[in-house]
Amino acid sequence: MKNIAIAIFSLILLSSFVNHQGYHIGDTATDFNLKNIDGKMVSLSSMKAEGYVVVFTCNHCPFAKKYEDRLVKLNKITSAKGYPVVAINSNDAEQYPEDSFENMKVRAEEKKFNFPYLHDESQAIARTYGATKTPHVFVLNKEGDDLKVRYIGAIDDNTEDAAAVKIKYVENAIDALKSKKPIEIQETKAIGCSIKWKK
Amino acid sequence: MKICFSLLIVFFTLQVDAQKIIDFDQFIERTHQQNDTLYVVNFWATWCKPCIAEIPAFEKLNSELKSSPVKIILLSLDFKSQSSNVEAFINKNGIQSETALLSAGNPNSWIDKIDESWSGAIPATVYYRNSEKLEFHEGDYSEETLKNSINKLTQ
Repeated sequence: MKNIAIAIFSLILLSSFVNHQGYHIGDTATDFNLKNIDGKMVSLSSMKAEGYVVVFTCNHCPFAKKYEDRLVKLNKITSAKGYPVVAINSNDAEQYPEDSFENMKVRAEEKKFNFPYLHDESQAIARTYGATKTPHVFVLNKEGDDLKVRYIGAIDDNTEDAAAVKIKYVENAIDALKSKKPIEIQETKAIGCSIKWKK
Repeated sequence: MKICFSLLIVFFTLQVDAQKIIDFDQFIERTHQQNDTLYVVNFWATWCKPCIAEIPAFEKLNSELKSSPVKIILLSLDFKSQSSNVEAFINKNGIQSETALLSAGNPNSWIDKIDESWSGAIPATVYYRNSEKLEFHEGDYSEETLKNSINKLTQ
């Protein structure tokens, strides 16, 4: 009886831990249905691709801004390989009006985003994925009926200076997936703005 | 005249301190010392609203704990090319705590060395004493929670 109690307790503890931590490499990612800046709902399955570069980003964060032009370029490269970029803004617009849905449209227009820019208003997708900051990337790969998480982290190794980038983590991950080789660097960390959770 | 000159020197020293740029080794050297001082290192940036919001709490405790073996260091993660923003912020707000700007290259090489649980989001705060990490906290503090956390480690 005691053992069962311990087992149940451990399970609860473990599940709360997993919830808190979000996805790890190899986990199956959930699809979503979020409103795009053009007002239409977008889900991953509706995009029919080999996989996806899901990027949690926003308008106000200087680190996210540093990557706006790079995301446009990245999408050209990865879309051609079957892995389109899907950007998601999960920030609470009440605390950060710059990150409102209206302002997402403005920014996407200014920066000529060539990828969907979705509004995760309930913040449920950021929570489920375990996104903590902007930008925060999850590369998903379609394997059978599942979407497997194959890379988590930064876009490249130099936020401040795009010209000084040495390692393109996301591109490398996709190249490895395409050639069915193991991904050399599956997880990276970068400084970023914390996701602004609703209070 | 002499006093004026000394003041000028003090002033310049403070100015230099305010915009000091350090690398990761210098960060370790500064915070890992063989003494009983508790080093409270707060990672922040001038553009980070929740960071700016908690700085008054650090400043208040910095002045309250002046005679205690506690050293508060506000370590900016602003881009190196924008270090003048940090200097302007420090001067404008009359920041008294020790400050520096950390320019340590690819964060993927050093974030885990601060703490493996750190996602890289700021604000974040780490505590060291006697070259040992005592605690790490990702997220912001209220004045009360910061005080409690320092008190717990100095009792």
